[in-house]
Amino acid sequence: MKRLTLFLVVLLGAYLVWTTQDLPDWGDPASPANSYLSTHYIKKAYEETSVPNLVTAVLADYRGYDTMFETVVVFCAGLAVLTILRRTKRKHKKNVKFRPQREGVDIILQNAARLMIAPMQLFALYVIAHGHHSPGGGFQGGVILGASFILLALAYDLKSTLRRFKENTVLFYSGLGVLIYAGIGVISLVLGGNFLAYAAWGGLLGISEVEAHSYGMLGVEIGVAFTVMAIMFSLYLDLASGGDLDEGL
Amino acid sequence: MYMESLISFIVTEYNYSAALILIMIGMYGMIAKNNLLKKVIGMSIFQSAIILFYISIGYKGGASIPIIKHGSGMADHAAIDPTLYVNPLPHVLMLTAIVVGVATLGVALAILQKIYRVHGTIEEDEILESLKE
Repeated sequence: MKRLTLFLVVLLGAYLVWTTQDLPDWGDPASPANSYLSTHYIKKAYEETSVPNLVTAVLADYRGYDTMFETVVVFCAGLAVLTILRRTKRKHKKNVKFRPQREGVDIILQNAARLMIAPMQLFALYVIAHGHHSPGGGFQGGVILGASFILLALAYDLKSTLRRFKENTVLFYSGLGVLIYAGIGVISLVLGGNFLAYAAWGGLLGISEVEAHSYGMLGVEIGVAFTVMAIMFSLYLDLASGGDLDEGL
Repeated sequence: MYMESLISFIVTEYNYSAALILIMIGMYGMIAKNNLLKKVIGMSIFQSAIILFYISIGYKGGASIPIIKHGSGMADHAAIDPTLYVNPLPHVLMLTAIVVGVATLGVALAILQKIYRVHGTIEEDEILESLKE
């Protein structure tokens, strides 16, 4: 079996080497992937959306639908893990074969975490809010924010973390993020534009249509950040405790 | 002659060849390994290979990150030279691919935990044995 696999993999590798001969040179500015649409984005995106970070501009504006359903995918993954693993008292079976055990308390870890968590969360908010002008955005900031809660749960224990940030609240935020995203789209429909066409917000906020794109993207990124943060933490909660939420790693 | 072009491809376009090697490692892990967790790791490696491949496609020699510098691009400023910024489109696509990767990884790990709970193992052949009983 292993030899057959190795043969197959080498065959695949040889085939891929053969096809990559036709690829454009690495770093060629005139290659097909770097012409057409991407040139338009680079030339026009800043003028059309007033967002200098082109990745954010394309992600949250030009490909807004894609990103919205991306957020829905993350949301659904969180729900799937919850359905697969979560055991409430009613569903709980007695013969648990494996349950992670926590050994001892580490003072160094706890104090280091105490020092780090607040700056981490502040940095996450910066990454979310400044994602238009510097590398960053909702996904990245949301992951950092989620990681700060995971750090709290790792350094202390699951129960004391859940006292501060209840599971219901976590799940509420995951839904709220999707709601914010879709809500911004629906409101731009109501204001007379297309779904997720942020230009329609200009009249409501009293700013130019180009600037409205920037603010619309900020709102959308906040929604994404909520969902990603909540689902990251929810994934950790369920995976680390085997769905019981009583004791984690 | 053919060998020379192959070697020059591996050396000069090392991004592509690195993606290729990662794809092969990931593929091997997914098929040959018996442990389901190792299969999941193989899948993640495969995914990283594809991400590396896409990001390499969007690269332009000597170009900067796709964030417009201050003082250019607006209507009253100088036009933007597309060769100065790397292609933002693969970055966007891969940003979403990474997020989907995390989501699938989470679901895969959850299913693995469930399998372990039921069968007491995540070795493929042992699971097949216990399914036969």
